[in-house]
Amino acid sequence: MTEPLLSIRNLKTHFHTDEGTVRAVDGVSLDVDRGETVCVVGESGSGKTVTAESITRLIPEPPGEIVDGTVRFDGEDVTAMSEKQLEALRGGRIGHIFQNPQGALNPVYTVGWQIREAIQLHDKKAKDKEARERAIDLLDRVGIPDATSRIDDYPHEFSGGMKQRIVIAMALASNPDLLIADEPTTALDVTIQMQILRLLNQVQEEFNTGIVMITHDLGVVAEVADRVVVMYAGKVMEEGDVYEIFENPSHPYTRALLECLPGRGEKMSAIGGSLPSTTSPPDGCRFHPRCPYAVGDCEIGEQPPMYAVDDGDHAVSCVHFEPGADPSVVLGEDGSDAVGGARADGGDETGGDAR
Amino acid sequence: MSSDAPLLEVRNLKKHYPITEGVLKRQVGNVRAVDGISFAVERGETVGLVGESGCGKSTAATSLLRLEEPTDGEVLFEGRDITEYDKKELKRFRREAQMIFQDPTSSFDPRMSVGESVAEPLTVHGMRDRERRRRIVKDLLERVGLSADDIDRYPHEFSGGQKQRIGLARALVLNPKLIVADEPVSALDVSIQAEILSLMKDVQTEFGLGMLFISHDLSVVREICDRVAVMYLGEIVEFAATDELFENPQHPYTRALLSSIPQPDPTKRGSAVELSGDVPSPSNPPSGCRFHTRCPEVIPPEGYDFEQKTWRSVMDLRVRLGRDGVNAEAVREFVASESGQEPESVPADRVRAEIRREFDIPEELSDPRAEEVLSTALRHLANDEQAEGRELLAEEFETVCESSAPELRRTPAGHVASCHLVSEAESNAVSTPSTGD
Repeated sequence: MTEPLLSIRNLKTHFHTDEGTVRAVDGVSLDVDRGETVCVVGESGSGKTVTAESITRLIPEPPGEIVDGTVRFDGEDVTAMSEKQLEALRGGRIGHIFQNPQGALNPVYTVGWQIREAIQLHDKKAKDKEARERAIDLLDRVGIPDATSRIDDYPHEFSGGMKQRIVIAMALASNPDLLIADEPTTALDVTIQMQILRLLNQVQEEFNTGIVMITHDLGVVAEVADRVVVMYAGKVMEEGDVYEIFENPSHPYTRALLECLPGRGEKMSAIGGSLPSTTSPPDGCRFHPRCPYAVGDCEIGEQPPMYAVDDGDHAVSCVHFEPGADPSVVLGEDGSDAVGGARADGGDETGGDAR
Repeated sequence: MSSDAPLLEVRNLKKHYPITEGVLKRQVGNVRAVDGISFAVERGETVGLVGESGCGKSTAATSLLRLEEPTDGEVLFEGRDITEYDKKELKRFRREAQMIFQDPTSSFDPRMSVGESVAEPLTVHGMRDRERRRRIVKDLLERVGLSADDIDRYPHEFSGGQKQRIGLARALVLNPKLIVADEPVSALDVSIQAEILSLMKDVQTEFGLGMLFISHDLSVVREICDRVAVMYLGEIVEFAATDELFENPQHPYTRALLSSIPQPDPTKRGSAVELSGDVPSPSNPPSGCRFHTRCPEVIPPEGYDFEQKTWRSVMDLRVRLGRDGVNAEAVREFVASESGQEPESVPADRVRAEIRREFDIPEELSDPRAEEVLSTALRHLANDEQAEGRELLAEEFETVCESSAPELRRTPAGHVASCHLVSEAESNAVSTPSTGD
């Protein structure tokens, strides 16, 4: 079996602050293949963005530090790279797309200048004229109408959706093998969001790019993901094939997250409680203080390992799925629906929660 | 002015902002942020106002509370026009209508304790008894799911969801009749959203409030609203009871908006209706139906036979010609760089083909008469005769969607929408959509 394009193993990214060590990412593993979209989904504070930023070591060091684990990109260990190698990697073979396109573009340069810069930074031989032609071609590919005349416009002359297209063009400038997109459509209207998601999909088909997409929106996940990684408080709760995850959500947290989505025409139930402290997280499963199915075993030791669910590409970090245990505690007797109400009292230990 | 007048009735409300130029601030145009909307909110009812950014929903809120002076129209609160209120009446109105904002962090003074913030409206409106104020605040904090002991804590000690609860407590402290909530849950995580929404529902029932709920998020609106108005570029395009709107949307914009919400179900992926282009600027809104520049169901011109998708593509070309134009020189340059030729040696038919490709127009239209018009127009464009090309297309391919503005009419589905596609059904124009469902 060939090695995946990106392989993260047991990544731990901590931040050393005055209030103690924040264990933002605490043992995350995931793989991304070429041409595959992996969505990392979670609420704010789950560590999804820090995971993404750790891939190219964009986190500020100090206070941040990758204390353990490996990030292998195309066979090379990113955590052992020099600053110079990292610079070649960022915006080179790995492209970034951020949430706010406004912030990713420099307002005092034309978009053409900025895309050319991105091209020439990683292809030193490209002459200005050639780089300009490639920039026009990129703008055309990402769906900027009349690219030849708009290339000399400034960012403020474009709408939000168009700006995000330009950011995508910049990320594509170096023909990256991997795109890291952190909430790329969160700042956009729904109709524009759909255009951008489809664009990313096209780009991926055309270039066989691997995509890591960070999002809080399960709807976006269902729209674009091949595989899903559900994070909570720095840990992976559940991962697997997108159809598996939505058809057969297994971790109590994933199930609760799906239950609280508005507008499904069904009753919403809130999760109750709040995120645990990141400096002194609870023992055992990080979700146990809010979990309606928590038992004694959930409160001791480490986060449970990833247990396989069925035979497919689907694993879950929950004691009820340990071989020999009874998953129907969570899934209900028929194993299909039956989601118990989330623990109403919240069961929070940290205090100061939403009651 | 009878007592059975709705709590809030908005009639033909407009808010225009002037665009000025130069040192003399000469007015050169108007941003028509809200351009003639009408609706009503009854006691105990939640009305949703949804639309994309820039559609005027927040301006509608600030204008109807007279936080900004409306340009035109009437806002009747319990039957009386608030635009005619004097200072004293306005202060009274300020007590009866409250607002909740999107960002719970920036809507509190970080140096004031929660108790002070929530009690401030009481002080402003003349309650001098400190103990009584504290009693009221403590009671309210408990009602919104916090603890009475939280009264002396500061905003930074609370999470986003808790701050929004405090925001709700502050809005309730004067015992209002109307609450206008502008994107109250957009800044919150989904698991917190659910809590706040159900709290708002409970509070509304308990206090019998009328609520105007402004949001870009249709799923949230579905959860909490009784009726929903969909706005596009300053106008209401459809207004219906919530279930009705979600099950039987009549306006193509509503349909596109509904289908654009990503569903948490991967088997339904790719089912969204894609809209072409961006929201046009409200300073120069399109003629006729304002949605015609993006509408996937825009009506084809009479006398020609178009496939809907092709017609949309031709419309896209027309829309561009009307705005930025198509730069033949730039197209030539683009073709040249793609094929490695000199721009001068690019033949005109390649330029025409490239324009078709860019707009996704087939090489030949199925209706030969339409094809003749289009190819003549493209010939003009390739020869840098933009005006001729634009006029020819505008004249020959005229659609009712751009020539006349549809009115809000009752649709066969029973509620109102403004679209030429539905106005042909047996219907009468209705002036006040408040009665429209």
